[in-house]
Amino acid sequence: MKRVQFEHSPIPYLFIAPQIVIIAVFFLWPAAQAIYQSFLLEDAFGLSSQFVWFKNYSDTVFSNSWLQAAGFTAVFSTLVTLLSLAIALLLAVKANEVIHGARTYKTTLMWAYAIAPPVAGLMGNLMFHPLIGDLYKLMNAIGWDFDHKLDAFDASFVVILISVWKQVSVNFIFFLSGLQGIPHSVVEAATMDCKNATRRFWTITFPLLAPTTFFLMVINITYAFFETFGIIDTTTRGAPGGSTNTLVYKVFQDGFRGADLGGSSAQSVVLMLVVLALTVLQFRFIERKVHY
Amino acid sequence: MKLQKFLLAGAFASASLMSSAAWAATDIQWWHAHSGRLGEVVSEIAAKYNASQSTYNLVATYKGGYEDTMTAGIAAFRAKQQPNLIQIFDAGAATIINAKGATVPVADLMSKHAGGFDITDYIAGVRYFYADSDGKMIGMPFNSSTPLLYYNKDAFAKAGIANPPSTWEELEAIAPKLKEAGYTALAQSHSPWIFSENFHSRHNIQLATGNNGYDSTDVKILYNNDHMKMHWSKVKEWLDKGWYGFYGRAWGDNQDAFVQKKVAMWLGSSGSFGGLTKSADFKFGASFLPYWKSIIAEPKGTFIGGAALFAMSGKSEEENKGVADFLTFLTQPDMQYFWHKETGYVPITNAAYDLAKSDGYYKSTPDAEIGIQQLNQPGGEWTKGYRLGYYVQIRDVMYKHFDDIFSGKASVDDAFSAMESESNALLERFHATYN
Repeated sequence: MKRVQFEHSPIPYLFIAPQIVIIAVFFLWPAAQAIYQSFLLEDAFGLSSQFVWFKNYSDTVFSNSWLQAAGFTAVFSTLVTLLSLAIALLLAVKANEVIHGARTYKTTLMWAYAIAPPVAGLMGNLMFHPLIGDLYKLMNAIGWDFDHKLDAFDASFVVILISVWKQVSVNFIFFLSGLQGIPHSVVEAATMDCKNATRRFWTITFPLLAPTTFFLMVINITYAFFETFGIIDTTTRGAPGGSTNTLVYKVFQDGFRGADLGGSSAQSVVLMLVVLALTVLQFRFIERKVHY
Repeated sequence: MKLQKFLLAGAFASASLMSSAAWAATDIQWWHAHSGRLGEVVSEIAAKYNASQSTYNLVATYKGGYEDTMTAGIAAFRAKQQPNLIQIFDAGAATIINAKGATVPVADLMSKHAGGFDITDYIAGVRYFYADSDGKMIGMPFNSSTPLLYYNKDAFAKAGIANPPSTWEELEAIAPKLKEAGYTALAQSHSPWIFSENFHSRHNIQLATGNNGYDSTDVKILYNNDHMKMHWSKVKEWLDKGWYGFYGRAWGDNQDAFVQKKVAMWLGSSGSFGGLTKSADFKFGASFLPYWKSIIAEPKGTFIGGAALFAMSGKSEEENKGVADFLTFLTQPDMQYFWHKETGYVPITNAAYDLAKSDGYYKSTPDAEIGIQQLNQPGGEWTKGYRLGYYVQIRDVMYKHFDDIFSGKASVDDAFSAMESESNALLERFHATYN
């Protein structure tokens, strides 16, 4: 028997090598470290350590404060994702129709994109400051007994508002370019067939935007899970009563502030699994409905 | 010609390199957590030390807040890149002291390299806070402060009150008058430190088993006691009556309320004095931390908050000698007096306190002495401090339940029993980790 072999060129491997190295150094290696660390009880300075199987998991994951953070994370990321997508879509559709001063309008909406989450948090802090905050005064002036330093609902409102505001501009840019990518011929044909603009939007435009929407949903969930860290850290820091603590913020609190490496690693392994599961679910069930 | 010049320059360069190597002072790395004005004073101290001798070159580096500095130190130690000297705050003391071999006790360092060490040179309220259970000083207290009451003299005059309250009973008597004058009576900036840890010291109540945690890591927290619950029921009552203001967890938020004349009294740190002098545009005074007459007839002293300097292990003898030399310099009366005057932190040695007195500092600024007087008040069995593991997280747990008490989400009893079980779970984890 003669084996058929094609000459393989090593060049493709060379091309993907940098990417593989980056993934290995910045993801695989730390992830492996976290998994290893999550089975150890080790003092902060690394002078003594013992292997304890799942003690770190049973101690920290499913503790009251972890469950509270998990609950808030679920509500928070759902609301942040939905609201920032919906608002951005509405703004993009409207901006797409503007003829006069379209440029100014679009630029203004995109501006916030350049603001980093901690900066957005600091701005929110000023606006909601109990002594000098304008929004704080406004809320109380309209009859809402607003006190985000003590009220869990009000505090959640503040962090969700800031997180959505920060993310809308990113989504807006993608939606706008998605809308501009829809061929004119399709739009014209639809206009001839149907007078109702709302119906036209839902039957023609929205399905054509589906790939963009799906992509944005994935990155928005990641944003809500991880990047909002900077907003939480500069505003509520999980207060009041742990009601605005997210899972990733808790990992930071226990590991970095509290020097509990094992407990923090166990939590981050669980968080990694949750996000992995969520991403798999999205691709299996939602992506099927997307037509490219 | 060109070549000649080049050679000459090269020879000159290598000669100067050699000479600088021969004269190079040993670098002593000091990581600290002070920014702003405090950071400037730290830099001044380093400059003064470097100007005073030429054997060592002290490099003071700001590493972020207390927690950031500790985290940076831990990461550096694990990578064997630790500084010689690191500033660790009160709540992190158990973490570094229980990590056996992470530091060299300053008492040992000083007696070996600086010709002796006498713990009684240090003022009473300071000396044992960072010591081990045998009373050996492990970390050198650096920025030491204690909780005080600040009051707005204008507000008091407006409400017709002559003196600041010395007890909480007196506070309850004057709070309605202040409210009538348009002020919230009281706010404070650190409920674990002021309303829990120092509450126990002031009333001489044990706060944890195992000698407040100094003797062992296998300990239980005792915050769930009747005195604490009584106090917090009262605070909640004051909040509901509009006598107490809560402006958030951040230290500054509550201090701002005092500076902006929303509240008439504020419990802060003796180290806040300097800042208030600059920011408050009204006359204010400082007084002792109030106590409950119903719990104790004669209040005990408080203990310190702030941070200490720890000498990290794994350094050469030469560098350790430099650390001891710098600590000797730092604890000299005139340096301590300088630090005290510039920052409002208390001087940590008796000699420095005497110097400040004889210099007439307290005649011109009597309020600056309140903190050290309070620290020098008679001590009791439970006033030397506490040593509890994962205390950063325990403070978070406490904050969480204090929030719930304030918002009415939990009763005082429920909040304290939850606080007790969650804190004990953390202490158990710490014990399992560090033994």
